[in-house]
Amino acid sequence: MQNDKENSKSIQNKLSTVKYNCDDSTHLIVSQEKCAKCKDKTCTYICPAGVYSVDENTGEIVVQYENCLECGACRIACPKHAIDWNYPHAGCGVIFKNN
Amino acid sequence: MDINYNADSIIVGAGPAGISAALEIARAGKRVVLIERSPHPGAKNMYGGSVYTHALKEILKEDFDLIKYERIITSHTWSFLNEKGSFEMTYNNNDSTASYAVKRFNLEKQLIEIAKKRGVYYIPNTLVKELLVQNGTVYGVKTELEEYYAPVTILADGVNSLLARKINLRSDFKPQDMILSVKEAIKLDKKTIEERFNLKEDCSNGVNKQYFGTNFGYLKCIKNLFMMTFLYTFKDTLMLGVGANLGDLTKNKININFVIDEVKKHPDIAPLIKGGETIEYSAHLIPEGGFKKMPKLVTNGAIIVGDAAGFINSVHFEGTNFALMSGKYAGETAVSALDSGTYTEQVLSAYVKKLENSFILKDLYSYRNIIERLHSRSNSLSVYYPNKIAELFEIITDANCISKASQIRKYMFDFLKERGLREVVKDMFAFSKCGADVFFGK
Ligand SMILES: Cc1cc2nc3c(=O)[nH]c(=O)nc-3n(C[C@H](O)[C@H](O)[C@H](O)COP(=O)(O)OP(=O)(O)OC[C@H]3O[C@@H](n4cnc5c(N)ncnc54)[C@H](O)[C@@H]3O)c2cc1C
Ligand code: SF4
Ligand code: SF4
Repeated sequence: MQNDKENSKSIQNKLSTVKYNCDDSTHLIVSQEKCAKCKDKTCTYICPAGVYSVDENTGEIVVQYENCLECGACRIACPKHAIDWNYPHAGCGVIFKNN
Repeated sequence: MDINYNADSIIVGAGPAGISAALEIARAGKRVVLIERSPHPGAKNMYGGSVYTHALKEILKEDFDLIKYERIITSHTWSFLNEKGSFEMTYNNNDSTASYAVKRFNLEKQLIEIAKKRGVYYIPNTLVKELLVQNGTVYGVKTELEEYYAPVTILADGVNSLLARKINLRSDFKPQDMILSVKEAIKLDKKTIEERFNLKEDCSNGVNKQYFGTNFGYLKCIKNLFMMTFLYTFKDTLMLGVGANLGDLTKNKININFVIDEVKKHPDIAPLIKGGETIEYSAHLIPEGGFKKMPKLVTNGAIIVGDAAGFINSVHFEGTNFALMSGKYAGETAVSALDSGTYTEQVLSAYVKKLENSFILKDLYSYRNIIERLHSRSNSLSVYYPNKIAELFEIITDANCISKASQIRKYMFDFLKERGLREVVKDMFAFSKCGADVFFGK
């Protein structure tokens, strides 16, 4: 079945093909309070860019917003509606050139 | 309302829907502002893909001939995958010019050039944060830097349609209302593509393949995964993507990248992409809720078009045609409203009438239950039947020195026994209902 380590390596490889104009602040804000009570941590396995992970020490959700492909899946899939999801600032974020 | 309008109409989002609406309004001599958050047209957008030319011609008129494509899609294949191979059906029409393979980066760029030439005022690099509303009437938009005012605002902001939600024109989506899709643009030598897919050097033909079935690799361990794979030939790129129901992915705790990686290993697909290099990875949602999840389409001073309204036929990957034509109808409606000087919901409802009289609402209506029906039988569709069909063809082609009649009798007997009469009847019922919906359109 799905091997999470291999999958996240595969995602990282593919993300290296994507061009971004990096924003200086995050466009994805999670409510750590709600996340602490979330059993499934859906965001950590649903995101096609592997943006979300759990910090091993604090147990908090870490958001690598720089890798976001702006699809919107995490916002809808999060069972607790804990993601304040916005577009990056104008001109920032992903740039698809070969789509 | 006493507002100093600085435009006749504002369009949010420069995808096919927004550009089409803007063109229609500009052609009528009105001042139209088209706002796009991306620095380059099309750079936030993703599709299979090919754009449908019947709709494009209606929108562009004499400018249609300016559109450059990579290949014309003339061949369509529907393929049911199993562990060892596939069963497939192909329709070739070498004279067809119904759909063009064009990258979105180039499609939107070309459309914007034409729109600007026809008088559209294009503002890229600008994010609309909010709609301006007073007494239940939309009178403009607020961007990160400034405000724009116009009596008619058209929301063409795509599948996530944050703006429509903010003014309560739609309720929020559930995971099962969406397909999550990822795609890889795979670079291959032009000549290799032509040899592999039997294509001409002049790019006058091209292939679209749709694959169904999950009974292979590790995907066969996943229960009830409703998904589809697509492949398009571009000039020197193959577009390979998968789309799966977001609810199914969530329930099964499956990442969509894992799905495409498994698909790439399938014995029918691996040789097609062999030697290719992935030059871009992308992700996008497709609204699957269709007719039943449609938002309120008009309100005082605003109209919703394209993906933002959920106008898509996800069974056939048709979206650009819905976007282009709904944009045109919204544009026509805006022009009449501007001429009459009233922009109420009632006046703008002419847009809904136009949709009802067109393929847009007719198709959405006749397909309203199909996805749900197919989804409810996803195990039959993705696993059981692809396998059974493969078994049948094995009997037909194996020349194994056993009488065909006895093998086929056994096959039928096993089929009814394994599947159970109840399941067979349920499958037949669901599939024939789908056929009847499309046929009768009611
Ligand atoms: C995997 C996949 C495959 C597909 N394959 C096909 C195919 O082969 N053929 C086909 O016809 N259709 C296909 N479709 C569907 C098609 O791509 C869409 O239906 C179509 O692009 C919708 O057009 P649109 O203009 O409504 O929205 P979009 O193309 O999404 O455009 C919306 C625009 O609005 C901008 N925007 C959003 N919010 C704001 C804001 N607040 N401020 C400023 N700008 C904003 C975005 O940046 C974007 O440019 C596919 C879709 C997917 C996901
Ligand atoms: S799924 Fe939602 S609630 Fe759960 S951890 Fe992720 S963001 Fe937090
Ligand atoms: S929008 Fe898509 S790519 Fe971005 S974090 Fe959410 S799921 Fe991941």
